[in-house]
Formats: sequence, C-alpha cells, structure tokens
Amino acid sequence: MNKPKITIIDYQASNLRSVQKALEANGAKAEISDKPEIIAKSDAIVFPGQGAIDPSMKKLNEKNLIEVIQSYISSNKPFLGICLGLQLLFESSDEGEANCLGVLEGKSKLFPKSVKTPHMGWNQIQINIQNPLFDGIKSNSYFYFVHSYYALPKNNTIISSETDYGVKFCSSIVKNNLMGVQFHPEKSGPNGLKIYNNFINFIKSGKI
Amino acid sequence: MLTKRIIPCLDINAGRVVKGVNFLNLQDAGNPTELAEYYDSEGADELVFLDITASSEKRFIIIDVVKSVSEKLFIPLTVGGGLNKLSDIRSMLKAGADKVSINTSAVINPNLINEASDFFGSQCIVVAIDVKKINNKIYIEEPKSDISLDNKSKWEVFTHGGRKPTGIDAIKWAKKIAYLGAGELLVTSMDTDGKKEGYDLDLIKTITSNVNIPVIASGGAGELKHLSDVLQYSNADAVLAASIFHYKTYTINQVKDYLSTLNIPIRPN
Repeated sequence: MNKPKITIIDYQASNLRSVQKALEANGAKAEISDKPEIIAKSDAIVFPGQGAIDPSMKKLNEKNLIEVIQSYISSNKPFLGICLGLQLLFESSDEGEANCLGVLEGKSKLFPKSVKTPHMGWNQIQINIQNPLFDGIKSNSYFYFVHSYYALPKNNTIISSETDYGVKFCSSIVKNNLMGVQFHPEKSGPNGLKIYNNFINFIKSGKI
Repeated sequence: MLTKRIIPCLDINAGRVVKGVNFLNLQDAGNPTELAEYYDSEGADELVFLDITASSEKRFIIIDVVKSVSEKLFIPLTVGGGLNKLSDIRSMLKAGADKVSINTSAVINPNLINEASDFFGSQCIVVAIDVKKINNKIYIEEPKSDISLDNKSKWEVFTHGGRKPTGIDAIKWAKKIAYLGAGELLVTSMDTDGKKEGYDLDLIKTITSNVNIPVIASGGAGELKHLSDVLQYSNADAVLAASIFHYKTYTINQVKDYLSTLNIPIRPN
C-alpha cells in the first residue's frame, strides 16, 4: 500500500490541522472529514480530540459517526486515537454523563487532588508493550501532555505505556490494530513526529 | 516525571518580532517563523507570541503569522494580545495556535474565561495577570466585590499592558480565574519585569499555593539562578523569559544544563 487513504475524523473537537501537518511532514496525505462513507472506506483513521467528553459525544452522535467508528474498529483496520480520542474509546468518563464509544472496557478518571490539573507539559512514557507505534522510541522518552482525566482500562494487558503523575496512569494502549495515545504526538517535537511516521509505515506494511 | 517548561516569549508588532524596553524604542528583531524554528531546534518546551500591535487595523496580521509559524512548529504555541471575544479566540486556534492567552478582556468580562474554557476546553485557555506590589498601606472600609483589594492585600492587578490599576487583589483574582476554568496562569510581576534581578518569588509562591492549575512565572529573569530559584522555591511549573534569550545571554540548552545540575526535572534536547 503506497498511498494509503488516511482520514482524520472531524467532530469539531480539536486542532485537526496540526495532526494533518504532522502526517504531511512524514510524507503522507490525510483528509479531514466528518462523512461516514469516507471514514468507512479509509485505509486508516486518526481520531484526535480535545475538550470535554459530553459535547464531543453529542457531536459524534449528530454527525452519525458513532456506529461507523465502532464498526471500523471491529474490522481491525489501523486506528489511532489521540488524547480525548483515546478516552472516548472506553465505556464512560467521570467527566460527563454520556456513554462513550465502548469499544474498550473501562472508564476515564480525574487525577487525584494531590497534583495540579490539567496535567500539562512534557512527561515520560514507560513502555510496557513494544509495538509498531513505538519503533525507535526509547522507554522514558518525553511527550507533550495536556489533560485532566486519564483512561483506566479494565483489561490492563492493552496498556502499552504508563506515565507517572500523582498516579501511574495508562498513557497509551494497543489492541491488535487499535492504538491510542494520551499525549499529543503532533506537539511532541521529533519523538512525536516519529510516532506518526511509525503509524504510516504500519499502514503501508499492510499487516492488517 | 513531569518536567518544568522553559518558554521563550516573542513580542510581535505588525507581523515582525520586536525588541524594546517598556514598549519603547522598538527594534526589528526578525522573522517570527525563523525565530520560532530556531527556539524549537534549541529545545524550547513551548513558545509564546504576544501581539503588541497597537492599531486594530493591523491586528489581523498576527493570524497570518500564526498560520505560517504553525506550519513548521511541532511544539505548543500560545498566542496572546488583543483577544477580546470567543470569535477572536476561535480564529487564533483555527490559524494554528494551541492555546490563547487573555488578560485585560478577562478582567473586563470574567465570564469570557468560563465561556472560552467550556467551548474550547480549559487546556487552551491561559489567563495572564500583570501584578504590582502595594507599597503604601491602604485602608478600605469594605471591599467592593469578592475580588477587590482589602486591607490585607499585597498585590494589585493591572490591565491595558500594565497602564491601568484595577483595584483587584491579585491572589483573589488568581483563585477566581482557576475557579472559572482556565487551564493555566501566566503571572508577570511588573516590579521585577525588565530589571533582570530575579522573579518575584513571594508573589509566585503565594499564587501557586492558592491555585491547583499550572503557573508560568514571568518577569525578572537575568541570570540562571533566577530561573532555578522560581522553579525550586515558588513551585512554578514553567518559566517565561524574553530578553535573556533574545539577546542570547543564555541559550535554552545552557538553561537546561544548569537546571539539570540542580536536579530540576527538564526535558533534555
């Protein structure tokens, strides 16, 4: 697969252009779209996110994107959730009332009061599961985080890295071709760009 | 471990980076895109652009600057200056800023803080406060509002680029900003700013112990020790500096090397 069709899902919840630029910087083209038919036909999906859970689920619902995302993930095509895009994969969040996408078991929790929220800045990831996304990335590398809630998967065998901030929390997951990172690779300098490059290479390798 | 952030601040006037002393004698200091890339390659953890364009006709120029800078920048960029309403914030984020900083407009209309945080997420709303120490003891019978100065107040908030006193207590205002949902505070001491004699440690420490959101310390960096002092003793999460970087007194690498010898957590380049 030389020129994979990558789609960045648009539900008006994040700085989509920065994600697109990071993919472009690695020689890939990506379309920003909120159309279910385009998303369904993509070779890979990037699902970014910022802001609050409830308005995001509301937007996904209004745009008829919930089912298409769920069935895309169950088809096991490459899918990368970023920040809120990782948290939305779980069943719920303490941040809001809405049911989330529920493709992974677990929920998102608020950081303890002992630390400042949001968790904002550069922090390290301890890699638990080496996977294609982390090719050439060393454990304890720094990435840029900004979030107040963190995902707590029920099945901890999907936790591919952990990060320390008051608690040891899940900073990325991998389950077959479904991947998610809590940090923002598009804001994490060379290490972050490497993550996008790895994702593109993974799509091209066609190990689907 | 979460690292302390080193943030160079660039003043932008009509699309160019400028240097000056107290907004006077502005001199051209280069192209914002080139300087942003330079600081990025040097290991800056974030960048702040402050639009000091005085005329509103030229205000739109900053949008183009942010667009072109963010094309090549893969670290967070905060833009402030002259943002008065949600649509101003939206256009800045759309142009590629990751966060916006609001100051005077938040004092005039505190609801802007919660509206913007609700709408765009608190992670992208930074509230900047310019603060001056109260030197002459004041006697106030009854504070006008929940954030007004009282007889115990130590610092007052100023707006309009530090020209206008507000009668607002800086600590009460900081707490209210956090309560209204801002993601971060950028605190500048007008007493220490530009003097290169160190940050106002007492001010920053009082603020960090009264709010539970990240605080960026600003105003007064002249030597490496000033940066470590405010990070170690005042619990600041980040330091902002302008002239020590612009005049190349220190490179970002020198700052980070120094801080790491003191075991202050920083992101190595």
